[in-house]
Amino acid sequence: MKIIVCIKQVPNTTEIKIDPVTGTLNREGAVSIMNPDDKVGLEFALCLKDAHQAHITVVSMGPPQAKKVLYEALAMGADRAMLLTDRLFAGSDSLATSLTLAGLLKTLEYDLIITGRQAIDGDTAQVGPQIAEHLDIPQISYVNSLKFEDGYFIAVRQFEDRYQTLKATAPLLVTILGDAAKPRSLHVGRLIEATETESVELKGASDIIVDTTKLGLKGSPTKVKSTWNKVVDKQKNLLEVEPREAVKAIIDTMKKRHII
Amino acid sequence: MDTILRYELFNDFIKEFALKQVKPLATQIDEEERFPSETIEKMGKAGLLGIIIPKAYGGAGGDYKMYINAVREISSYCATTGAILSAHVSLCTAPIAELGSEEQKQKYLPKLANGEWLGAFGLTEPNAGTDASNQQTVAIEDGDSYILNGTKIFITNAGYAHVYLIFAMTDKSKGIKGITAFIVEADMPGFSVGKKEAKMGIRGSSTCELIMQNVRVPKANILGPVGEGFKVAMKTLDGGRIGIAAQALGIAEGALRETVNYVQERKQFGRPLSAFQNTQFQIADMATHIDAARLLVERAITSKEQKAKTLSKDAAMAKLFSSETAMMVTNKAVQLHGGYGYTREYAVERMMRDAKITEIYEGTSEVQRMVISAAVLR
Repeated sequence: MKIIVCIKQVPNTTEIKIDPVTGTLNREGAVSIMNPDDKVGLEFALCLKDAHQAHITVVSMGPPQAKKVLYEALAMGADRAMLLTDRLFAGSDSLATSLTLAGLLKTLEYDLIITGRQAIDGDTAQVGPQIAEHLDIPQISYVNSLKFEDGYFIAVRQFEDRYQTLKATAPLLVTILGDAAKPRSLHVGRLIEATETESVELKGASDIIVDTTKLGLKGSPTKVKSTWNKVVDKQKNLLEVEPREAVKAIIDTMKKRHII
Repeated sequence: MDTILRYELFNDFIKEFALKQVKPLATQIDEEERFPSETIEKMGKAGLLGIIIPKAYGGAGGDYKMYINAVREISSYCATTGAILSAHVSLCTAPIAELGSEEQKQKYLPKLANGEWLGAFGLTEPNAGTDASNQQTVAIEDGDSYILNGTKIFITNAGYAHVYLIFAMTDKSKGIKGITAFIVEADMPGFSVGKKEAKMGIRGSSTCELIMQNVRVPKANILGPVGEGFKVAMKTLDGGRIGIAAQALGIAEGALRETVNYVQERKQFGRPLSAFQNTQFQIADMATHIDAARLLVERAITSKEQKAKTLSKDAAMAKLFSSETAMMVTNKAVQLHGGYGYTREYAVERMMRDAKITEIYEGTSEVQRMVISAAVLR
C-alpha cells in the first residue's frame, strides 16, 4: 500500500504571546511545529504501515526551513520526504496550495492520501478536500478512525451529532481529525539518525504537473482586505450587596447571557 | 546531513518535552518532596537518559551539546528534574562511556540509556567534602574482588539509582594515588541507602547517605586503573560542572522568563511594571548575565569536545559564573515579583531556593575559584 501524508509546518500558536503594548502577535521565539492534525494523520498512516507494510511518503509545501517537520516525520517512521519549495509558490491561498500539492501528487503513485483536517494557523480545512477535487478522486473528510479490510478502506466520519461509516476503494483521500489518535512519541536517537542518514527531496514548480499561471499570489483568488485585533470589551458591573443577593445577581447575569 | 537542522530539531524536541512533561509537575514534586519517577521513565523512553551514549550501546548517539541543552531547557522549568538528569549522565553514564572497559560498557550502558537503570556518583563523605582526597571508604583486595566498607553522604539519585560510581581507598599509604573507582550495583549484598536529606531546594531529587558494609565488588567493576580513582573523579567532575552550569543557566533563564511575563502584566500606578526604569534596568542586568553565562557554557562544551587542556578551568569558570548568575537572577526575580514572589504561588520562589545548590554541589564556588586561580597563577 502506498500512502502519501500532507503535512504543514506552522507556528505553535498556543505558545505565541500578545505584545501588551501593540496588541500584535509576538512571533519571536515561537517554535515551528508539525501541524497537530497532520501529525495525527501521519500517525494513522504509521498504524496502517504497522498492520499492512505500507510505504509512506510525506509531502509539504513551504520555505526551506519546513524541512524540519519532514525530518520529524522521517524520524517517526515515514519512508520518503518531499518539500515543495519555490519562489513561485509564495503567497498561495488554499486554492493555489492545493493545486501545487496536487501537481506533485500527480507525479507519484498512491492508494491513500491523508491530510489533517485543518492547520492551526489558518483553520480553513480546505486544502485536503481541494486536493481530492484536483486529482478527481473520492474523499472522506472529518475522519475519526480508519481501517483497511479486504481491499476496502473503512472510515468513520464524525459529525457534530452522529457518526457515519463509509467504505471506499483506492485511490482515496481522507482528512483526519486532530483528536482521533495520539501521535507516537519520538525517540531522540531516531531524530538524530534521520538527519544523518535520510534526506528531504526538494521540488520546484518545474518538477510538478501544474499550470504555472495558477501558482502563488497570482493564482490566489482570496485577497486579505484587512486584519485587525478583536477587542474583547470586558464589562464591569460592580454591585455592593449582601452575599445572597450577589449570588442571585451573578446567576441572573449568567442566565441573561445564556451561559447557564 | 544537516548539522544546524539537527540541533534545531533537537532543541524543538527538548523544548516540547520540557513544556509538556516537566513543567506541569515542577511545583508538585517540590511541595511533596517527591522523586518524579514518571518523568524519568518518559526521559528513558525518549532517549534522553542515553543522549550521549553511542548507538552501538543502545544510546541516542547525540553529543555533549545536546545533552547540555537538555539539562538547561529542563532546568528552566524544574531544577529537580535537571539535577536528576545531570547526575545520571555526567556522573555515571559519561565516565563509564569514556573510561569503561568493553565489558563494562556492554553491561551497563544499554540499561542506563533506556532508563531501566539510573546512575549516581559517590565521592563525598562526612569528612571528605571539598577535601575529596580524604577518603575514608576502604577497599581491600580479596581474590578476584575488593571488599568495600564506608559511608558516603549527599548522594544525588540515591535510592532510585541502580549503578553507583563509588570511590574508595585501595592503598592508604599512597594518599591520592591510593584511590580507586568502582562500579557498584544497588543489589550487591552489604550495600544500603541511609538517611534521606530534607533540603532547601531541588526537593524532588533524592539526596541520601550510602552505607557499605563488606560489599564484595568484582575486580571487573573497577573503572580505570587501580589507584587512579582520584583522576577519574576529577575528570568526571570537569564534565559534571558543565552540567551544573547548564542547570544554573536554565534556572536563571526560567526565572527571567517568569519575570518578563509578570512585569508586563502587573500594574502599579496605572502602568505595567515593565514601564518603570528600575524594572527595565534589572531585566537588562539579568539578561546580560545570562548571556555571558551561556557563552561560558558554550566555550566549556567546545573545550570538552576538543579535549582541550583548558577544560578544567573553562568548566570551573562556566560553573562559577552560571551558578552565581542563577542566584543573582532568581533574587532579582523574587524582588520584582514583590510580595507575590515570596509566595509558593509563583515559580520564582522555588527557583531561588533551587538556585542555591548550584553554588555548592559538584564543587563549591570556592573550589571553582581554586581551580581557576591555579590555572591562572601557574
